[in-house]
Amino acid sequence: MQRADNTFRYFCFACAGIAGLLMVSIFAQLLIHSTETWEQFGLSFIWSCQWDPAQDDYGALPHIAGTLLTTGIALLLAIPLAFASALLTSESTGLLNKVLSQCIDLLAAIPSVIYGMWGLFVLVPIMQDYVQPFLAQEMGLLHLPGGAWLLGEDGYGSGFGFLTAGMILALMILPYISAVMRDVFHLTPAMLRESAYGLGCTRWEVTRDVVVRYGIRGILGGIFIGMGRALGETMAVLFVIGNMMELPAGLYSSGTTIAATLANNFAEAMGLQKSALFALGLLLLLMCFAIQFASQYYLNRISKYRGDAL
Amino acid sequence: MTTLQNARKRPIFFRKAATTILSCFTFLSLCLAISCMCWILITVFSHGMSAISPGFLLNISKPYGESEGGIANALLGTLCITLGSILIAVPPALAAGIYLSEFGKQSRVAIMLRFCANVLMGIPSILVGLFVYVLLVVSTGHFSGFAGSVALAIIMFPVIMRTSEDMLSMVPNTLREASLALGMTRMRATLCIVARSAKNGLATGILLALARVSGETAPLLFTAMFADTWPTSFFTNPTANIPVLITEYTTNSPFESMHSLGWGAAFIITFIILLINLTTRLFFHENKH
Repeated sequence: MQRADNTFRYFCFACAGIAGLLMVSIFAQLLIHSTETWEQFGLSFIWSCQWDPAQDDYGALPHIAGTLLTTGIALLLAIPLAFASALLTSESTGLLNKVLSQCIDLLAAIPSVIYGMWGLFVLVPIMQDYVQPFLAQEMGLLHLPGGAWLLGEDGYGSGFGFLTAGMILALMILPYISAVMRDVFHLTPAMLRESAYGLGCTRWEVTRDVVVRYGIRGILGGIFIGMGRALGETMAVLFVIGNMMELPAGLYSSGTTIAATLANNFAEAMGLQKSALFALGLLLLLMCFAIQFASQYYLNRISKYRGDAL
Repeated sequence: MTTLQNARKRPIFFRKAATTILSCFTFLSLCLAISCMCWILITVFSHGMSAISPGFLLNISKPYGESEGGIANALLGTLCITLGSILIAVPPALAAGIYLSEFGKQSRVAIMLRFCANVLMGIPSILVGLFVYVLLVVSTGHFSGFAGSVALAIIMFPVIMRTSEDMLSMVPNTLREASLALGMTRMRATLCIVARSAKNGLATGILLALARVSGETAPLLFTAMFADTWPTSFFTNPTANIPVLITEYTTNSPFESMHSLGWGAAFIITFIILLINLTTRLFFHENKH
């Protein structure tokens, strides 16, 4: 009986060990398969702009820049939206709260390929015909300093490009950020909040000075989780980014991201190009690791904090 | 303190105005998010409904340009791939969850493994596809549905591991103590008492993970690939599946009829995923109260 018990224990431990094993082996495999690239180009692979299969000359900068740009746009749009929806759902009670938060969670359930398809057939034409000219002409962004650089010379785009991809990504990461923020807002002790109301604070003041200040680490953790999602998202971006291997020339220009390049080129790639694609994958993995480390650090801090407070 | 000092400096009008603006902003942004979701769903449903017909559901997919194509083989392929991934991922993931909540708890090793699982959840799915491509496709020399299953299983594993840990650790300690006091072994107490009383939570975790991976496309691109045939040889040949079919039909094809098929397939997969999601959530909520 004792022996069966020990076997069960070791079996469970071995299964849990798979998590560690997977993490290490994914990293090791990408590293091993990209050695050829690192030997050939060294670290200059990271800031070189070439991508020329005919000459076997590869560089990662356009892909990295595209990834960071789409992620940045997505975060910029998603954070205020996620914050506001988390605030509203955490403060409303009963059935309304349940229905609203379920609705937000359903956004995360829609597969990314559906987002991509919707982006391609619905959002891209709308962006091209209405939104992009509107932003450039009516809003006058084109005439602001730097506007011509951001939006291109005439302010008309094809509808594809970084802005569209960023908008779709924002919609996709919103539920993830919002879910973490909602949990964090629930963690604020009711006593603190009520005391602040008792002192005569308005709702905005309670939110800013009590709720946000109390849960700032958790909020950061949630933002990092959303950022990790946006960095690695493939299908939704692939449909609308335009797939041009060039440095981003502005918000309306087409470009590529690491994940989109992998999805597009990996199946046909041979030799050094394949190795370069693995190197791109390695860079993406390192970024995601760094962001996950940051988010886990902040989220662990807040859960310890909660242990003290309650 | 700062709040009070600030408050004295600012007239009540501005403070109230700020609150009103905040309320409007929160309300509007929630409306925006939910209306975008409705917009996507309505687009998919309206385009998809018109594509659906008996032939669409019963015929197999055809190469470009041929009429009367369907999605039956892709539907069956997706079913095989996701079922395979459940078979591969669920047993070890549950055992791993049991380790974290029953044996490891706050020990150093358990904290490290929990951390690994959290990081694994954040790894982009396309990198998992690359990993399995090298692991199974390069080594065996052919794309296969089985490789797709393994890729999805790797994505599922950390999700089920963490949710089952959470669900198991919600079981009250008195239950464990009572069953151990009756002379049960740890194994029996865990499997027959703790896991059984958390079974609704475990099922929810598994079903939500299933819903999440069944729409994943990126890891299937280099593993299961696509084929215009019935999935007869799951372990040795490329296997048709819905997500890759949607990608193929919408990005690589100029034909209007292909787009329409793509919308139909998109409707089917969205409908299935939302159905799993909603029923799981409703079922779980009813049991909780």
